[in-house]
Amino acid sequence: MTQVPHSLSSLTSEGVAVRLEPWKRFGRHFLYVMSENPVTAGAFLLFFGIVVLAIFGPAIAPYDPLATNVSNALQPPSRAHPFGTDQLGRDILSRVIVATRLDLGIALSAVALSFVIGSVMGCSAGYWGGWTDRVVGRVTDTIMAFPLFVLAMGVVAALGNSVENIIYATAIINLPFYARVARAETSIRRNAGYVQAARLAGCGDVRILSTHIFPNILPPMMVQISLNMGWAILNAAGLSFIGLGVRPPDAEWGIMVAEGATYIVSGEWWMALFPGAALMLAVFCFNLLGDGLRDLVDPARRT
Amino acid sequence: MNTPANEHPLLSVDELSVEFRTRNGVVTALHDVSLKVAKGEVLGVVGESGSGKSVTAYTILGLLDAAGRAAGGTARFDGMTLLGAPESDLRELRGREISMIFQNPRAALNPIRCVGHQIEDVLRRHAQATRQTAKAKAIEMLAKVRIVDPESRYHAYPFELSGGMCQRVMIAMALACNPRLLIADEPTTGLDVTTQKATMDLIAELTRERHMAVILITHDLGLAAAYCDRITVMQKGRVVESAPVSELFSRPSHPYTRKLVLASPGPDTELSDLTAVPDEMADRTDAAALTDVPRPRAHARSQPRPPVASGDVLLEVRDLVKVFPTRGGGLRLPWRKAAPADAGFRAVDGISFVLHRGESLGLVGESGCGKSTTSSIVTRLLDATAGEVILDGENISQYGAAKFARMPQRGKIQMVFQDAHDSLDPRYSARDAIAEPLFRLKGMTDAAAIVARVDALADMVGLPHEFLSRFPHQLSGGQKARVGIARAIAPEPLLLVLDEPTSALDVSVQAVVLQLLDRLKRELGMSYIFVSHDLNVVRLLCERVIVMNRGQIVESGDATEVLRAPKAEYTRSLIQAIPHFRHSPVSA
Repeated sequence: MTQVPHSLSSLTSEGVAVRLEPWKRFGRHFLYVMSENPVTAGAFLLFFGIVVLAIFGPAIAPYDPLATNVSNALQPPSRAHPFGTDQLGRDILSRVIVATRLDLGIALSAVALSFVIGSVMGCSAGYWGGWTDRVVGRVTDTIMAFPLFVLAMGVVAALGNSVENIIYATAIINLPFYARVARAETSIRRNAGYVQAARLAGCGDVRILSTHIFPNILPPMMVQISLNMGWAILNAAGLSFIGLGVRPPDAEWGIMVAEGATYIVSGEWWMALFPGAALMLAVFCFNLLGDGLRDLVDPARRT
Repeated sequence: MNTPANEHPLLSVDELSVEFRTRNGVVTALHDVSLKVAKGEVLGVVGESGSGKSVTAYTILGLLDAAGRAAGGTARFDGMTLLGAPESDLRELRGREISMIFQNPRAALNPIRCVGHQIEDVLRRHAQATRQTAKAKAIEMLAKVRIVDPESRYHAYPFELSGGMCQRVMIAMALACNPRLLIADEPTTGLDVTTQKATMDLIAELTRERHMAVILITHDLGLAAAYCDRITVMQKGRVVESAPVSELFSRPSHPYTRKLVLASPGPDTELSDLTAVPDEMADRTDAAALTDVPRPRAHARSQPRPPVASGDVLLEVRDLVKVFPTRGGGLRLPWRKAAPADAGFRAVDGISFVLHRGESLGLVGESGCGKSTTSSIVTRLLDATAGEVILDGENISQYGAAKFARMPQRGKIQMVFQDAHDSLDPRYSARDAIAEPLFRLKGMTDAAAIVARVDALADMVGLPHEFLSRFPHQLSGGQKARVGIARAIAPEPLLLVLDEPTSALDVSVQAVVLQLLDRLKRELGMSYIFVSHDLNVVRLLCERVIVMNRGQIVESGDATEVLRAPKAEYTRSLIQAIPHFRHSPVSA
């Protein structure tokens, strides 16, 4: 394993791909990663679909997601309403589509927030060690010591019941994962040859961290982002399921499942099933994306 | 060993071809490789990295990874066909009939099991011992490979043993079942010269008394010459020459062999004797081209060495001490007694030396002797515990390492690292890497000026401009080394510290880099501190040499003199351990 790929790389290093334009090279690399792994290709396709729904949702939805029509309440799936209607006669398909933007928005902002703060914390802990490391380590340990969902509930309860606070709560409970990955990856590279060389070239610590170490820890962080996205969506939906954050009549998968849950016993299964399935698909998609993303952003795999 | 090789070969490989599937299509790693090993014979397989030496060994043992496939040819071991044999048969064969020693012994041993149990595993797998007798046999094997106190070492974990000891444990495992063929894949890479000699002597002795055949895979011609009966030279997946040792070195018939022999430094070689062809040109060096390359030998030799030591002191190191604490920091609580200052490992123990302008100084010693720590302190990447470093009239050890990184004096002293690959940021193209010190240390902001300067630096180190846009993983070892050198000379340093800059390179690339360094020194008037374990290489580049052992200076003096007539016992053992072949004049 150690010898064979090495000798190979020296044989193929003169490949044609080297001389292409950067974006073309990336395109070729993207296609290669996709063709190599059809599951990743499927995940990317699904991801693309979710993003389109999030951006153009209101335009695509066949009905107004908020328009009630009591005479048409609790209708099973039909040609006019493929996902059926709810207790107020709203079209579930439209609501599921429109909810994508809100759910994705919450998850994305939460993940972005915890990625930025967690990377800064983790990188400094891994690079300087000592007291920085101890403080960051204990803070993340404290967060991890709580049952995370209960902590998120507590945060939302303390800060007030609003969508922004759901984002903060989700960001806080995701923080330790980023900090830990960043810390571990940074401490491996802290004494790497290119870091020493950067020091010789006159770079200070902050510069080394931001231009040499951070770009190199992106591949493992990408995997973490992708896995956490799914989890953040689930978390946001979970919080609104128990009545925190998003308030009715806004369309959101968690609330819709919660509303539908009361009707399952009386046989109206479609109300909970379709938003639940959408939620599951989104989480599934992000979990599958992880490995593909790592392959895409790792420069050493781009030959 | 006068067994005729072709009568009853123990192992015979005929026209073996191996292909690998890659994303750029199928790559043929071996082309019609044929070799034979007779019983009791030691065959050396020599070649540079990527020549297919290890692939050959893996194919013979059926250990190719999933992407590889034997496309043609046969391999027979004592009449049995190896290629395409069922995995269960091969499993019986491996360890019992053919065994292998790997390059990195520490990685090849299971880190969480004690070494005694790992030897027992091999014995019991091949039914050479029962549960009752296995322990005794394992201890016996450890004693055979001359591990002191084998009863207690039986319980040792790999991390508790030194590199040399780990390799001995590997040898014990490989020989436990009395195999008939031993494949040693670069068994001493990464070991010190004295350890290398001890390990190779041990392998030679143990295999001779068992009348075993050995395939020694190595890049080191000297090592192959010292221990092999016959040598097969490989290049780019082909066997280019196969001959008995004496014949190969006195009359190398293939131009590639000649190039390898000429590129290997011996005890009497001059730098200008080494044939150096940069690897971009290597494709053009076919049989005709190589002999046509005008060798600058004659006129270079007549040229006198540049005037040395203008008397002006550039660097002075006084009583340098570095102590590494043996235990980690921990909380410093008021009631806990402060550790005494001298507790810990003294990596550098009171070293003083002087370096003049334009002079090169070799720093020689085995791993752990403190030479790398010394060079790190001199380059101000590490803070000394005590002592002074005075560069160009200024005491630079008064500034902390972190502060010094952003001072203008930083540019006066630069370093070339041992591992060129590791020292280049994988996300920086060669151009960005060379440009970084320009705008950090020289304060250059004009993009066009930086581009022009990088191009000029690339010309100086002989790197074609089209390689500047490549990333480290797209460059060969020699090209990466040249990028590292270009980056180091970018801020026009007064002193360049070279930390084993050639130890990871193939011999022919090493020759290119050594000649480049010599030329740059003359052109730019820099001083060098050349850190190395290889005295032969140090002598080529340095006027003066310091031999270090356990953090102290054992011997210092003129490089040629120290090598010819070493005074200290330690230096003598170091010199004797270097394997080399006699450099007979090659008739071109």
